[in-house]
Amino acid sequence: MKPRTIIEKIWDNHIVSERSGAPTLLYIDLHLVHEVTSPQAFDGLRARGLKVRRPDLTIATTDHSTPTTPRSLPIVDKVAAAQVARLEASCKEFGIRCFGLSSAQQGIVHVIGPELGLTQPGMTVVCGDSHTATHGAFGALAFGIGTTEVEHVLATQCLLQNRSKTYEVRVDGALKPGITAKDIILALIARIGIGGGTGCVFEYCGSAIRALSMEERMTVCNMSIEAGARAGLVAPDDITYQYASGRPYAPENKAWDATVASWRKLPTDDGAQFDKSITIDAASLEPMITFGTNPGMGIPITAMVPNPGDITDPLERESLAKALRYMDLPPGKPLLGHPVNVVFIGSCTNSRISDLRNAAKILKDRKVHPGVRVMVVPGSQQVKAQAQAEGLDQIFRAAGADWREAGCSMCIAMNGDQLQPGEYSVSTSNRNFEGRQGKGGRTFLASPLTAAASAVTGVVTDVRTLLQ
Amino acid sequence: MTKFTPFESRLVVLPIDNVDTDQIIPARFLKTISKDGLGDQLFYDWRYDAEGKPKPDFILNTPEAKASKILLAGDNFGCGSSREHAPWALTQYGFRAVISTSFADIFRGNALKNSLLPIVVPRDIHAELFANPNISVNVDLATQTLTLPGGRTVEFPVDGFARHCLLEGIDELGYILQQEPAIASFEAAHPSPINTTA
Repeated sequence: MKPRTIIEKIWDNHIVSERSGAPTLLYIDLHLVHEVTSPQAFDGLRARGLKVRRPDLTIATTDHSTPTTPRSLPIVDKVAAAQVARLEASCKEFGIRCFGLSSAQQGIVHVIGPELGLTQPGMTVVCGDSHTATHGAFGALAFGIGTTEVEHVLATQCLLQNRSKTYEVRVDGALKPGITAKDIILALIARIGIGGGTGCVFEYCGSAIRALSMEERMTVCNMSIEAGARAGLVAPDDITYQYASGRPYAPENKAWDATVASWRKLPTDDGAQFDKSITIDAASLEPMITFGTNPGMGIPITAMVPNPGDITDPLERESLAKALRYMDLPPGKPLLGHPVNVVFIGSCTNSRISDLRNAAKILKDRKVHPGVRVMVVPGSQQVKAQAQAEGLDQIFRAAGADWREAGCSMCIAMNGDQLQPGEYSVSTSNRNFEGRQGKGGRTFLASPLTAAASAVTGVVTDVRTLLQ
Repeated sequence: MTKFTPFESRLVVLPIDNVDTDQIIPARFLKTISKDGLGDQLFYDWRYDAEGKPKPDFILNTPEAKASKILLAGDNFGCGSSREHAPWALTQYGFRAVISTSFADIFRGNALKNSLLPIVVPRDIHAELFANPNISVNVDLATQTLTLPGGRTVEFPVDGFARHCLLEGIDELGYILQQEPAIASFEAAHPSPINTTA
């Protein structure tokens, strides 16, 4: 048999039918649902009189328009409240398990899937959310879909899909102190641009990727979409199996052994060909930060903001100039030392326990700079409970940061957590698009270490200066 | 679904690369549980000032734009979030096609499911269209051609199945539902690894 990549193996394992003149009908193992991209899909089912085919493979939670204020308070925004209520009602109507606002398992959809053991190697995972690639950290083919496709999966547990190209992202070597998974992915996106992975699925490989924990792999896979790739994955290994073992929805006992044996066949065969590839030297990486209005506009933290005058293509030049006007940043100057109004630590990229531990390591026995508002938003109720058991919440509070309930929060600014016009944030989230964190707000994307360091100093800071 | 028929239109020119779906429709408008009413929110933060008044210099606020069915935009249109509210907003405004050199994958799929045609043209044609923003072009999906003034035609690629569905007004879900026996036999052969007793 021809050597295959893990991407091709998962694809081949999920083909329901292939008809000439049509895309492949692909089976979906896990469908995650949230309040924002599902109501119109449930309406579609009602209009046709259809049921949810596999409610047992469909899991819902509320995260996007969900407040991060204490759960005892009502949702102030009536439109958001209606959306959250609609999800809970639809789940009841169609027999879907929903980890709603009052659940101890509630959280960001891409945080709870892995922590509950729902996300497993070799699966196809979809969600009406572009950061579904997060689940690729387990060696799953996981991608975001639109609401029409949400309806298709609810009704049939299948999707019509065309095969993507395969793109090998090899990261070899060892990361230096202060450099994290977030810096790897921001460096990749800066290198190939936000359209660089369009039409492709990434496989992240190499010694630096193998050395990452599961949570760090999730951070890398999470932002695959920010390079245009619909999905990105890491082949499973013992780190993966160790993480998945014993989680509530993972296989047990004999079933576990048989399943792990099947997972061990997933990694890319020797000699398999990728359509594209790139190699990154982990040892050469610095902490990364974005300066512009898309995630590809990133630089090493000690570098200068680029100059539109150096770009020949007129549309590209104007796009950079427009970004710098929006960000109100001079070209050719460093970002280091730039004042910061808000620091946001959270999102499906960086809200897991290891992210909070990293932030706490910097904030311990230090104070948030006066005038900086710091929000720490755990990715799930379970992450929150774990952080509190470790006393991290006390470290954040003592430093002067705000410790919140779980949700997407200021990553997407749908829930009232947002920047004011003109404010600058250092944010551990995934998007710095215009207005993403609030109309007129300006976002610098970075790692939890960089965010916490900037919270302490009140300016964009190289965390390595605080690690000594 | 209605059948996708040929049409002619002027271009609305948005000379910006990497237009993301947060610009097409900002996230705060996604709290709706309906598909309706999104056309007025299209490009909201570029289109309206702080008081919510239309900015006269933004192209979508011109009378010519309101009568147009084609948006001409820079590279990598529709990047970012998977929100299908983006094509809903574009079609409710009145667009039937977007022309660019490339589209983000999820946006392209969402657009095709909503009778919004993503048209990829070569870089030289793209530049030529930007240089002549006042022309009208004809879009014919059956022949996969744009016809420029003077009768010159430019072919564009479209996924064959999506093209078939658009031209015939076929709904994809109906097509998938017809394959129920294949789905059932796949399920019988592939039990889920999820421990549903949890």
